[in-house]
Amino acid sequence: MGLPLMMERSSNNNNNNNNVVELSRVAVSDTHGEDSPYFAGWKAYDENPYDESHNPSGVIQMGLAENQVSFDLLETYLEKKNPEGSMWGSKGAPGFRENALFQDYHGLKTFRQAMASFMEQIRGGKARFDPDRIVLTAGATAANELLTFILADPNDALLVPTPYYPGFDRDLRWRTGVKIVPIHCDSSNHFQITPEALESAYQTARDANIRVRGVLITNPSNPLGATVQKKVLEDLLDFCVRKNIHLVSDEIYSGSVFHASEFTSVAEIVESIDDVSVKERVHIVYSLSKDLGLPGFRVGTIYSYNDNVVRTARRMSSFTLVSSQTQHMLASMLSDEEFTEKYIRINRERLRRRYEIIVEGLKKAGIECLKGNAGLFCWMNLGFLLEKKTKDGELQLWDVILKELKLNISPGSSCHCSEVGWFRVCFANMSENTLEIALKRIHKFMDRRRRF
Amino acid sequence: MRLIVPLRGVIQGRGGLFVGSLIPCCLFYFLQLYLKRRRPPPSDPTELPRTFSRTNLFSRGNSIGRVRVSSRAVPVAKPSDSPYYIGLERVKTDPYDRITNTDGIIQLGLAESTLCFDLLQRWMSENLMESMMQSDDGEFDISSIAMYKPFEGLLELRVAFADFMSRIMGGNVSFDPSNMVITAGGTPAIEVLAFCLADHGNAFLIPTPYYPGFDRDIKFRTGVELIPVHCRSSDNFTVTVSALEQALNQARKRGSKVSGILFSNPSNPVGNILSRETLCDILRFAQEKNIHVISDEIFAGSVYGDKEFVSMAEIAGSGEFDKTRVHIIYGLSKDLSIPGFRAGVIYSFHEDVVNAAKKLMRFSSVPVLVQRILISLLSDVRFIEGYMAAHRQRIRDKHIRFVEGLKQLGIPCAESGGGLYCWVDMSSLLTSYSEKGELELFEKLLTVAKINATPGTACYCIEPGWFRCCFTALADEDIPVIMERIRQLAESFRS
Repeated sequence: MGLPLMMERSSNNNNNNNNVVELSRVAVSDTHGEDSPYFAGWKAYDENPYDESHNPSGVIQMGLAENQVSFDLLETYLEKKNPEGSMWGSKGAPGFRENALFQDYHGLKTFRQAMASFMEQIRGGKARFDPDRIVLTAGATAANELLTFILADPNDALLVPTPYYPGFDRDLRWRTGVKIVPIHCDSSNHFQITPEALESAYQTARDANIRVRGVLITNPSNPLGATVQKKVLEDLLDFCVRKNIHLVSDEIYSGSVFHASEFTSVAEIVESIDDVSVKERVHIVYSLSKDLGLPGFRVGTIYSYNDNVVRTARRMSSFTLVSSQTQHMLASMLSDEEFTEKYIRINRERLRRRYEIIVEGLKKAGIECLKGNAGLFCWMNLGFLLEKKTKDGELQLWDVILKELKLNISPGSSCHCSEVGWFRVCFANMSENTLEIALKRIHKFMDRRRRF
Repeated sequence: MRLIVPLRGVIQGRGGLFVGSLIPCCLFYFLQLYLKRRRPPPSDPTELPRTFSRTNLFSRGNSIGRVRVSSRAVPVAKPSDSPYYIGLERVKTDPYDRITNTDGIIQLGLAESTLCFDLLQRWMSENLMESMMQSDDGEFDISSIAMYKPFEGLLELRVAFADFMSRIMGGNVSFDPSNMVITAGGTPAIEVLAFCLADHGNAFLIPTPYYPGFDRDIKFRTGVELIPVHCRSSDNFTVTVSALEQALNQARKRGSKVSGILFSNPSNPVGNILSRETLCDILRFAQEKNIHVISDEIFAGSVYGDKEFVSMAEIAGSGEFDKTRVHIIYGLSKDLSIPGFRAGVIYSFHEDVVNAAKKLMRFSSVPVLVQRILISLLSDVRFIEGYMAAHRQRIRDKHIRFVEGLKQLGIPCAESGGGLYCWVDMSSLLTSYSEKGELELFEKLLTVAKINATPGTACYCIEPGWFRCCFTALADEDIPVIMERIRQLAESFRS
């Protein structure tokens, strides 16, 4: 993990005392993962960012899953509605007093109702959400960490299917001391989770004397950009019941599914169950960062069917409260069903269109992607380009793409993918023009390769 | 078995006795064998036979084990037994309102100020929209507040905070924005520092009486212990080096590893301003023992007495000590009365702590739109100077009234020069000079006098009878009401 004593690095030590003060293991560990290629590419981008007019040969950031395709819809809404009204809530300026003082970890009731309603709309009304089961956190990152603190003790494990979002290594493990044991998935069945893979992961943990406390999935999946099939969800819940463990479903991309009918939330499965001892092991994480494109607002939520978890999460949310200002501002917008219905529909269409553009473009260059139906990225297969079919080979290719094509994409190894050669490519954090330029660079690269 | 054989023998005679007994025995034996095969293996009690269909599984009622939470989560959901939280909850059931509920419980248990809301409200109504939607061409551009920004806070905000903090701490100390990390409130600030400076099972020394919230903030998730260092009224509850020394030695004897000292200045709940000498003593002690110092200065701008406030940052920057062990917490919840906005600061002289804290901010950062409002607010120097002057003056006035009211009842207060509360000596009202007596008084105050004041026990005060009374959310006309209720309660004790 790291040495507890920092002997050399203190640069502000200007006294004559030889005692250097110690920091904690958490402070010196590298579990934050910011030294991995996933983040190294970001640094390259920061140093030479692409700009349509000022820096057309710069690095195009395709490693950040941000949704910028529907900003105009938000802007129009916020401009049209009385801005004062949406800032303060319906009470106007006198509402400021409540706003300024309000720091109740229950969260504003109107805001929780708005979140519940929004989550229901995304699922086409196929599941209901009780506002009193919603616990607010400053982003989904905090929600995942908080759930991990509550469901697992240090040295326990969560099973997570690969490939998974690189941030989980940090969010689920850093301060919590909890381990991740991977559930290996591969392209033979489009990376879907199988009962055999589940059993195998569980057994691996048991063999190492590690207690498994739950399974954490992302649905739709990051980095696959695909929804989890209903049957797989049922198998998962079965498995969790049999092993008596929790099931966490991070549904942060649920509003970014291209066709609403293709998404099944674990909430729908729970709806049809009466048995509390089954339901109470299920927890859902959501946020407004991806679907609404508002990561800067820091709004996340834990939705739990377990009363004890709701109570505990609420109290622990003091460390990560959502600003009252944000709650007020968004409550009226999210409860405006006419607006949200339109937003969700148009956002889906635009994302689907982006996906089609990139997949078509890649196909023309001779590159295949996993068949995806959701999210802000596609899962691209460059295995055939690898000189060495190893993780090093993959990283070499990634480096070439970063340095020669000036494209920052995420290598599958940073997502713990057991097959080499896969890359995650984000397409929603740029204009269509920029996307076309990125595709052109890829075409040129592939043309050059073919000639040699 | 033994029962069947004789019966058969009796009925059928000797030959039939043998055959007659053999058959039931065999049947019995085979039945047992059959049942044994059908029973599931005992090794894993949670494993259910896979022959059950899915619908059966989900409808089997209590036969599935109840899933458990982690052991660190277990104490969190339990109802709190601290009078601090009990009092706060009770007020919610029957809150005083000077028009609609004059018999309600008056809240003196929450350290918040509403004394200068009028000034803040005016500023907000004039400046809020502009400050939120800032963009180069004046057009509303949501991307400026919607997108990811560095979690440790925009540079402009850190610069504005550095300037603000320097201003309110007397202008004798300057703060470097690159040593600063912006957090979603003072609560995550203290927790993040605890995570960075101490391992699970380590401890911080903390002078008593202390803010009850620290128990949760530090113990909930970090696993760090708090070791009380008892202070006495004879020193006006100011910590001494000998007390620190004693507490540290005792901790070491027990095998506890002490990583640092945590204290608040102005202190909460007493309201003391620590002198320059005391601050130096603490830092010297920490240096000798090679531990950290965390100074929670969240009430620094709420100083109303004559004593000058000195920040630990000033002592650290003097060059006399190793400053890498000094860390400061600040926030806007108390001085600027905007706890709902969630804005706090970790200020550390240790580069690695700043770097670690920056990375940990992904779990508790301030939304960009709130940061923009705060940049505007904190940079409006004219407003800030006027506001802080009014804030201090109004607290002072209210303090004088409140303490005078208590004095009339023969109830003294500890000397204080900062904070939003006073530390009241109600020992003359105790039926017995003990923790039990104090908790009885707390209960009577709550149920009979209908006043929520935080008893010293909740703050680990070693002397019984002290109560923290927050007065900065009171209107002048509330004070006589409070005093009358206390007077009546005191009378009822005498009769």
